[in-house]
Amino acid sequence: MGRQAIIEVRDLVAKYAEETIFDGISFDVFQGEIFVILGGSGCGKSTLLKHLIGLIPPAAGRISVAGCDICRSEEKAFRDMLKKIGVLYQGAALLGSMTLADNVALPIKEYTDLPQVSVERLVKMKLGLMNLEGYEDHLPSQISGGMKKRAGLARAMALNPEILFFDEPSAGLDPVTAAELDNLIIHLNSTFGTTMVIVTHELESIFAVAHRVIMLDKNTRGIIAEGDPKYLRDHSENRFVRQFFNRLPGLANEAEGLEKR
Amino acid sequence: MNRPEVIKSCNHQISESAEGDLTIHLEGGIGISNAAHMTRVLYQVLEDKPQTSVTVDLNKVNYLDDFGVLVLVELKMIVLGEKAEFCLQNISNEAGKALSMYNFDLLGKRDKPYKRTERQGLLIRLGEATVRQAADLKYMISFLGSICLSILYTCLNPRSLRRDDTYMCMQKTGVDALPIVGLISFLMGLIMAFMSAVQLQQFGANIYVASLVSLAMTRELGPIMTAIIVAGRSGSAFAAEIGTMKISEEIDALFTMGFSPTRFLVVPKVIASVIVVPLLTLFSDLFAIIGGLIVGVFTLDLTANAYISQTIKTLALFDVFLGLFKSGVFALLIAWIGCLRGFQVKGGAASVGKATTSAVVSGIFLIVLFNSIFSVILRYWE
Ligand SMILES: Nc1ncnc2c1ncn2[C@@H]1O[C@H](COP(=O)(O)OP(=O)(O)OP(=O)(O)O)[C@@H](O)[C@H]1O
Ligand SMILES: [Mg+2]
Repeated sequence: MGRQAIIEVRDLVAKYAEETIFDGISFDVFQGEIFVILGGSGCGKSTLLKHLIGLIPPAAGRISVAGCDICRSEEKAFRDMLKKIGVLYQGAALLGSMTLADNVALPIKEYTDLPQVSVERLVKMKLGLMNLEGYEDHLPSQISGGMKKRAGLARAMALNPEILFFDEPSAGLDPVTAAELDNLIIHLNSTFGTTMVIVTHELESIFAVAHRVIMLDKNTRGIIAEGDPKYLRDHSENRFVRQFFNRLPGLANEAEGLEKR
Repeated sequence: MNRPEVIKSCNHQISESAEGDLTIHLEGGIGISNAAHMTRVLYQVLEDKPQTSVTVDLNKVNYLDDFGVLVLVELKMIVLGEKAEFCLQNISNEAGKALSMYNFDLLGKRDKPYKRTERQGLLIRLGEATVRQAADLKYMISFLGSICLSILYTCLNPRSLRRDDTYMCMQKTGVDALPIVGLISFLMGLIMAFMSAVQLQQFGANIYVASLVSLAMTRELGPIMTAIIVAGRSGSAFAAEIGTMKISEEIDALFTMGFSPTRFLVVPKVIASVIVVPLLTLFSDLFAIIGGLIVGVFTLDLTANAYISQTIKTLALFDVFLGLFKSGVFALLIAWIGCLRGFQVKGGAASVGKATTSAVVSGIFLIVLFNSIFSVILRYWE
């Protein structure tokens, strides 16, 4: 398999007002891989994801997604890029005024000209894949948090995007459902070759699905580790990385302090 | 690398046996870009040829995702609908994965289109609406009761009042509304003076413009105008604030922390409104009288002195206090209905919007209703 980069990030600088979140980070995500972004709470994982999908323009640097330089591309190229990606937000972000079925059908109706019956059948299939049969006519406010997550995933996958972005997919799911979700991610990846970019804390799911991870750090505002999670767990030079993967106590700051000493 | 853009097209060939057994050989890939097209093409194939069984050969299919599966399901449904046999053969590796993922054999079997919310009969809807209204009324009253209890509690334990919130609310409801209330009242005074002057001039009764403006404003229009502006500005804000807190589970959080949501959220708003709206009304009266004065001085040849002394002569203290009392009651109504609509929010963001609208509409309705009640009472009292 040719290792072709589908997402390229070069010297990305991200800021909220005066606060710098990243100070020049670079990495690639290759086509067809499951790529996991790690880091302690508040280190900017969601921020990075928002940069990758073009919600926040970077303060400096270059990001290219599916061949489209999202900072400099034209409107049309950007919209084409958006069709190739699907996003599952941290809070699912379903539209509250529509039923689950309508939420999932929305992009399908917009971008294909399938007849109504077929759209309904497809929506049923997609929701069924998420174990949500029978909830088609429920409103998002009438289902549980984990179900919202799954419905959000069904919507993100509505157009079979090339790249799927997940912000904490397994947060709020029970272990069984979380494991099923992991399986689904692996399955989708191997069946359709979908590239997955996942933000998560769940160690088990990282070891289960990730081909490659990067780990962000709040103090250095950069990437402190990159590579295969199992290798990093056992062989990383960085103390905090080992702590993270082995679930040892000790705060990030403490680890930094010890290292500096 | 089986990505959708690899699918350029999907070709099909058809072979037919003598008994009417149709075999469709598919070649290529079916995905999002050509699913709709393929559905139409295959429909056509079936329409042209009556058949007893249809077999789809997937040997040369190199890409199939759920849109592709959908095409096959649609095909299957048509064939089965005509009582013919349907089967897949030579399923290629790529196609097999997607088909097994979606359980192709079961798809479409126990299919009924998911139920849309049906419209029910007129009588049923009428009955449901009535029951809903009754429940609404019941909740309104119990909410009013809980506000009264909370206010009583706050009076007995003044320290339990959230002072900062109350001051903040006074500022938002009162001080911030002053410019708009002042401007509108000033213009109202101006207009009233103009309109009445046209009539009164005919009798040389110019000076009574002052009486008319001051009496009408302090007794009726001042309180009503102010209350309507406050309902639009603050009643809606109360509903939106509490409604948003309701859907983001903040109210539940308050409750589990042992706060009474009414005491925590409603009492500061009610107290702030009841203090501030009468003050706004005073300003409104004042600005209207100034508006009238300007018309009187510049177009009716009255002196400012004469105008003011006529105003003072007309107004009894009772009129002013009546206006203030009314606006206090209106303030209570606005805060009550605003908070009530906020607490009634259920579901999502759209419901917050509905609550805000409803807070303003019911607020204005209540203001007008109570004003009429006051008029009737006064008519027999004086
Ligand atoms: N809209 C914003 N304005 C200013 N600062 C922000 C904003 N959003 C996030 N931040 C800051 O950016 C940093 C990174 O936030 P982010 O939400 O990306 O963290 P995260 O890694 O996703 O954390 P978590 O794992 O808890 O979701 C935080 O320190 C936060 O304070
Ligand atoms: Mg986050």
